[in-house]
Amino acid sequence: MKGRVLLVEDEVNIFEAISFILSRDGWEVHGHGNGATALAEIARQAPDVLVLDVMLPGRSGLDILRDLRRDAATADLPVLMLTAKGQTKDRDLALALGANAYLTKPFSNAEMVATLRDVAGAS
Amino acid sequence: MARSTPPSRRHALTGSRIRERRLALGMKQGDLAERVGVSASYLNLIEHNKRRIGGKLLLDLARAMEVEPARLSDGMDASLSDMVHAAAGAGLPALGPPAELDRIEEFAGRFPGWIGIIAAQQKRIADLEAAVEGLRDRLAHDPVLAGAMHEMLSTVAAIRSTSDILVREPDLEAVWRGRFHRNLHEEAERLSDNATALLRHFERQGARTDLVSTPQERVEAAFDAAGHHFPAIEAGGVASVAEVIEGMEGLDAGAARLARDRLTRYAEDAARLPLGPFLAAAAAVDFNPEALIGMGGGDVALVLRRLASLPEGGAEGVPGFGLAICDAAGALIFRRRIPAFSVPRYGAGCALWPLYGALARPMVPDLAVLEQPDGARFRAWAVAAPVGATGFGAQPVMQAVMLLRAVPEDEALAQGPRPVGPGCEMCPREECAARRG
Repeated sequence: MKGRVLLVEDEVNIFEAISFILSRDGWEVHGHGNGATALAEIARQAPDVLVLDVMLPGRSGLDILRDLRRDAATADLPVLMLTAKGQTKDRDLALALGANAYLTKPFSNAEMVATLRDVAGAS
Repeated sequence: MARSTPPSRRHALTGSRIRERRLALGMKQGDLAERVGVSASYLNLIEHNKRRIGGKLLLDLARAMEVEPARLSDGMDASLSDMVHAAAGAGLPALGPPAELDRIEEFAGRFPGWIGIIAAQQKRIADLEAAVEGLRDRLAHDPVLAGAMHEMLSTVAAIRSTSDILVREPDLEAVWRGRFHRNLHEEAERLSDNATALLRHFERQGARTDLVSTPQERVEAAFDAAGHHFPAIEAGGVASVAEVIEGMEGLDAGAARLARDRLTRYAEDAARLPLGPFLAAAAAVDFNPEALIGMGGGDVALVLRRLASLPEGGAEGVPGFGLAICDAAGALIFRRRIPAFSVPRYGAGCALWPLYGALARPMVPDLAVLEQPDGARFRAWAVAAPVGATGFGAQPVMQAVMLLRAVPEDEALAQGPRPVGPGCEMCPREECAARRG
């Protein structure tokens, strides 16, 4: 197993697809679909890497990222942000707030796998 | 920006217009001179603007050439003149030689019909440019469009990932294959619904000629149609609000509620500053808000709103005012449009407008001359103040008000104007420190 991934994504079918391909790549994948309770779930699960969507119900992924970086316990947690194509401001803000990488929807599965490996430092 | 022909130049061109009219009629100089009882040489001096003319001789010449005297003395209508000057100065590459600006009066005298067509086309171009600007603004900020695009991108992302798995995993277990097929079907349905909804949205917009859709826009359109002045409320106060709303076209329930709020505020303002005395006082000080603050009991926002509700033109020569009101979050909640000063339909305006600066300094009036990227200048008065009831321990609801008035092109300014824009999405000032993204 390469590590534990927490995928914070409210779109069920996107979650299932990503979860499947990451599992096939050797990751243990867990999911969460609510922005308002995401920080508590991250603390509870203590993943090795986080995949975080920007647009979430309850709370923006960017706000969650900001809090993660302020907390010493999660300041160095590898985070891969998912943004929508064309939302350049979201992407720039995510990097400014400390995201390790981003992918713009719609992305390919190969891109997802390669980027996650890169972010987590896994091979 | 529009220019008017100076009066002195109009007078100097009277002779030219007489000459052009005579030539257009095919009359000989000597024949015309004889008909009005002057010598041909004297008429020649008049026609070459070397003798001033007026009174009876002008009337006789006009009668002899079957033209209104004003056409000879004043030239073309000032608004037509402005339109034709604007057309000549629009910056379009000429297909032939440049326009002969110094001969516009001559052109107007000889071809009044063509002048009318040029002016009408110029107005049409200006209207279309405003419509294009509105559409561009909508595409950049339309919340419906933004939401639909996000939905479609999420759907496409799910379809792409799922179909990729189905194609690249030939030995996929049956339970997974079934699940992904079901997911694909769900996302395809969702994509279809989203695309249909988006098309319906555009069809609704396309069917409209006024580009109006939100309740706020409908209320503003109704206010625009009334010239932002409501005589019934001026006379009858709050009791007349319902009657005015009934007479407004295109209001649904939401827009009617908003209109009631706006008109109730209007009635309250009118009660505090009744039209007759306020109009007279404003005219006496050239509609300068600074000189009217005392009349408003120190309520600057009231004075600014009231000036924007005066009937434009009229015997008092009320100038065209623009008005923008925003809440404490900077959201624009009301606009009275003024030509050449674009206020976005959605999203924020320019952070450099005094409207926003006022929010940082409540109750402190601000005045600035603003310069738009195209060079158009506006004097802007702004203030932020609480609205509604306040009390100890209560959070005040703040609003900022900005009144706009065009600054004449030839007015000398004590200090340079403040460069501003219409809002970052449409502003060409790339190097602006206040630019968002």
